[in-house]
Amino acid sequence: MARADFNRRDVLKGVGAVGATAAFGGLSGLAQAQAPITVGFIYVGPRDDYGYNQAHAESVAEVKKMPGIKAIEEENVPETTAVQKTMQGMISQDGATLLFPTSFGYFDPHMLAVAAKNPTVRFAHCGGMWTEGKHPKNTGSFFGYIDEGQYLNGVVAGHMSKSKKIGFIAAKPIPQVLRNINAFTMGARSVDPSITCTVIFTGDWSMPVKEAEATNSLADQNVDVFTMHVDGPKVIVETAAKRGKFVCGYHASQAKLAPNAYLTGAEWNWITAYKTIIDAARTGKPHPNFVRGGLKEGFVKPSPYGGMVTAAAKKNADDVKAAMIAGKFDIFKGPLKDNTGKVVIPAGKAFKQTDLELEGMNYLVEGVIGKA
Amino acid sequence: MALSTRTTDTLEAIALPVMAMAGALLLFGIFIWAGGKDPLEAWALLFKGAFGDWFSWQNSLQRAAPLMLTALCVAVPARAGLVVIGGEGALVLGGLACASVPYVFAPPENSFGTAILLLAAALAGGLWIALVGVLRQKRGVNETISSLLLAYTAIALFKHFVEGPMRDPASLNKPSTRTIAEGLRIGGIAGTDIHWGLIFGVVVCVVLGLWLFFTTSGFATRIVGGNARAALLVGLPSPRIIVVSCAIGGACAGLAGGIEVAAVHTNANASLIAGLGYTGILVSFVARHNPWAVMPVAVLFGGFGAAGSLLQRRMDVPDASVMVLQGFAFLLILASEALRGKLFAARAPKAVVVAAPLPAVIKANV
Repeated sequence: MARADFNRRDVLKGVGAVGATAAFGGLSGLAQAQAPITVGFIYVGPRDDYGYNQAHAESVAEVKKMPGIKAIEEENVPETTAVQKTMQGMISQDGATLLFPTSFGYFDPHMLAVAAKNPTVRFAHCGGMWTEGKHPKNTGSFFGYIDEGQYLNGVVAGHMSKSKKIGFIAAKPIPQVLRNINAFTMGARSVDPSITCTVIFTGDWSMPVKEAEATNSLADQNVDVFTMHVDGPKVIVETAAKRGKFVCGYHASQAKLAPNAYLTGAEWNWITAYKTIIDAARTGKPHPNFVRGGLKEGFVKPSPYGGMVTAAAKKNADDVKAAMIAGKFDIFKGPLKDNTGKVVIPAGKAFKQTDLELEGMNYLVEGVIGKA
Repeated sequence: MALSTRTTDTLEAIALPVMAMAGALLLFGIFIWAGGKDPLEAWALLFKGAFGDWFSWQNSLQRAAPLMLTALCVAVPARAGLVVIGGEGALVLGGLACASVPYVFAPPENSFGTAILLLAAALAGGLWIALVGVLRQKRGVNETISSLLLAYTAIALFKHFVEGPMRDPASLNKPSTRTIAEGLRIGGIAGTDIHWGLIFGVVVCVVLGLWLFFTTSGFATRIVGGNARAALLVGLPSPRIIVVSCAIGGACAGLAGGIEVAAVHTNANASLIAGLGYTGILVSFVARHNPWAVMPVAVLFGGFGAAGSLLQRRMDVPDASVMVLQGFAFLLILASEALRGKLFAARAPKAVVVAAPLPAVIKANV
């Protein structure tokens, strides 16, 4: 086939797009100022998954209450051309000027492709992959330091575990997940250094059957407090509760599913990021490209403690939380060894949450039973 | 007389699915109304979202492109009498093979290089489903079960390579293979958002239809599908034909995976596992395993996807509501098969008797 010919046309189209950018780029700020705007939210799974997507949808419900904003949503959008079409549809059919594609895999190539064709529309991706100089200015990413919540989960788990064995069920050994496993384990071992945390990787973000098997298998090994990093923690929470074990939640609150087993949880509070980005769009300020925060900035929050959590556990966790909010607490500081005995952070070195080095984490800390 | 039978057959082939769709839309309207929303608005949005304007058409066609190829992975083996449902496995391995070519050697960064990538994809998918055929012929393993299980195996292999030996170290939180060079990618059809994958799908559907209905080997394949033992008795190499039809089907799904990588994802990663292979099963069954019918049915499916997208945004209904419509549609389309041959029966009484035995066999297989 005459591929060279098509490429030439593509180039011509690309040149046209650049021209359009130049023509409209200057006007975008003015056009967006103060006017009521349509904002689109895209989820990779169902809105009521008791997990990642629900955490977003709960904050979107709050966005919908804000005056002058029309929020449109679409769920179960796979990370294929389908999401490109959804984004373009929100722009062309619904007139959206700000989009929140919330799944990690939406960023490259999908969001970047649509953003290149729609230079006047703002894109805010959840996941934190935006890089200065590499990605266009009308795109950006926001994310939260939820390992702070997992550390607090760990502190509570450390107090509540009788067997001194806790468990973590995770999707994949990627940096974000490893960081949570490490934070959870270190939180628990700050209470009692003899605690071990066994980790099982299921291999993918939504694997309900494997998640149930992993929970049962760990329960058989006498693990008595669970937490997780999967898209929908529902199955793990329910299985652990059925086995008479405790559980710390993740993403959103799963307290409703197991009120007698749910100790606390690490929840997202996306409304903070949403508001920052939406306000900038409405007032015509530059698009915030790199938005991050933890407990202090209100990007994450712990679930309310369950009735069974002891006073000592609550006090310990509340103290750590206060120190984190005051900016006086670093989770990842030396000396820190991984679970093979290798020193990963030397004594005297402490990483701030914002340190990019933490985002390439490839080890499991001492006390974790498992392999990254 | 033969002509009139043919005419009524054609009329019926069109009328049945149209009636089924109308029934599905009606049921869907009742469903929406029961949910307290306006069915008229839902119908209007369905049409607008799927085929209402040029944007919607592009949307539907783009979604249809991979489904045509994955449907063929079911349709072609079905013609040889096999129910293969493991196209997803061939698709992901095709994608992996496409992304792995640059690991082996540097292909020229032009359309020839792209052709090598797609060929690798088709080969991987073809070998995978051919294995299903071999298992059945040599070991008597049920092809439906083995293809499904091999799909899980393929996905596990895919993940192993993407997250292990072939992982691009720069892909931290979304494990991926190295991105293929700009020159190797498949671009859009001039002036549209649709990539060239659609043309591949259409061409392959047309060619395979011609092969099945107008060539000797295609005819032989359909005979084997009618009765493999009888085919063997008349001297057709049934086992070989079965394995070849599996390989052709697998190659189609593998090609779909390769196109997804070369045109959309630019590398192999878990986003490729989006269930396109499984949706292809539905497409093929609705199209009655006819490669030509696969094309409009795939577009209809793409339309469902596109319409569902708009419906969710405008009417605030859950994604599952479109699944309900799809469910109604398939149930009715499959149920309408019961009416085949009866719809115009009054107008063409006993016309079938005139037909000689041989044409009847052909008809059963078309």
